[in-house]
Amino acid sequence: MRTFGSLLVRGLIVGLFAGLLAGTFAYVMGEPRVDAAIAIEEAGAAHSHDHGHEEEAPLVSREGQKVGLFLATSLYGVALGGLFAVGFTLLRRKLRTGNDAHAALGLAAAGFVGIVLVPFFKYPPNPPAVGDPDTITKRTVTYLLTLVIGLLAVWAGVALSRWAERYGEVARLAGGVVGLVATVVAAYLILPRINEVPEAFPATLLWQFRFASLGTQATLWLLLGFGYAAAVDRRPAREKVTV
Amino acid sequence: MAAPARTVAVPAISPKLLAAALLSVGVLLLLAYLVGFDQGAVSRSGMYLHELMHDGRHLLGVPCH
Ligand SMILES: [Zn+2]
Repeated sequence: MRTFGSLLVRGLIVGLFAGLLAGTFAYVMGEPRVDAAIAIEEAGAAHSHDHGHEEEAPLVSREGQKVGLFLATSLYGVALGGLFAVGFTLLRRKLRTGNDAHAALGLAAAGFVGIVLVPFFKYPPNPPAVGDPDTITKRTVTYLLTLVIGLLAVWAGVALSRWAERYGEVARLAGGVVGLVATVVAAYLILPRINEVPEAFPATLLWQFRFASLGTQATLWLLLGFGYAAAVDRRPAREKVTV
Repeated sequence: MAAPARTVAVPAISPKLLAAALLSVGVLLLLAYLVGFDQGAVSRSGMYLHELMHDGRHLLGVPCH
């Protein structure tokens, strides 16, 4: 048996590597789009009559922000990896698999759906030059809500599929889909609509950025799942615990 | 027939484990907050850390300016 400490440390280390590699993906696929969006933002600012902030030197240069990207994804990876390890420890016994690696992969898939996909489709991420600064608090709160709702939806899907499984395999699958989708649809209808994309903003660039963002988070979760699966996996021949 | 072999990698859930888990979650959420939402209130770096991690925040899907 592993101690909580060792399970946690494994999550932190796996998360660090996953974050660094997600940062690499974001740097290659995302930075050109962020640069392009900022160029549009600056062109817009030059046309406006408000020149108040233009002479101000930025606190961190664009080059600095590109280095900071790796700091951000690494720290975020460490945080997610640690939370993942806590989740694994507390939920492992509830997962109906004898295989720790499968348990880790299942949890990562659930986390990706709940924390990334559900928020993505309701409030797709935007590059600089798109958001209205005045609504940042509202956007932050609704984003956090979608994140919590996403996890609740996954939980509802699992709960309903387990309840329905007495009626057979088809019912089990249908229960999972209905539990997840019904929760998500209800939340999407209740949450406010936010669309702050300016008319003139190029749609291609917008979606290139959004897919780069999705890819960054997919990289993070994929590596977190497989990395943690490898980190907790033990050869059954070496240590067998019969329950 | 013998029960299927099963590897169990986790300790049993005890109050002590729950306390350690809760403490860890608190610290880890604070770290995630620093990356995603802090504007100097916790980091005490002014807006420096916020600006430094700006591109990361956008690409990780967190709402920004
Ligand atoms: Zn921004």
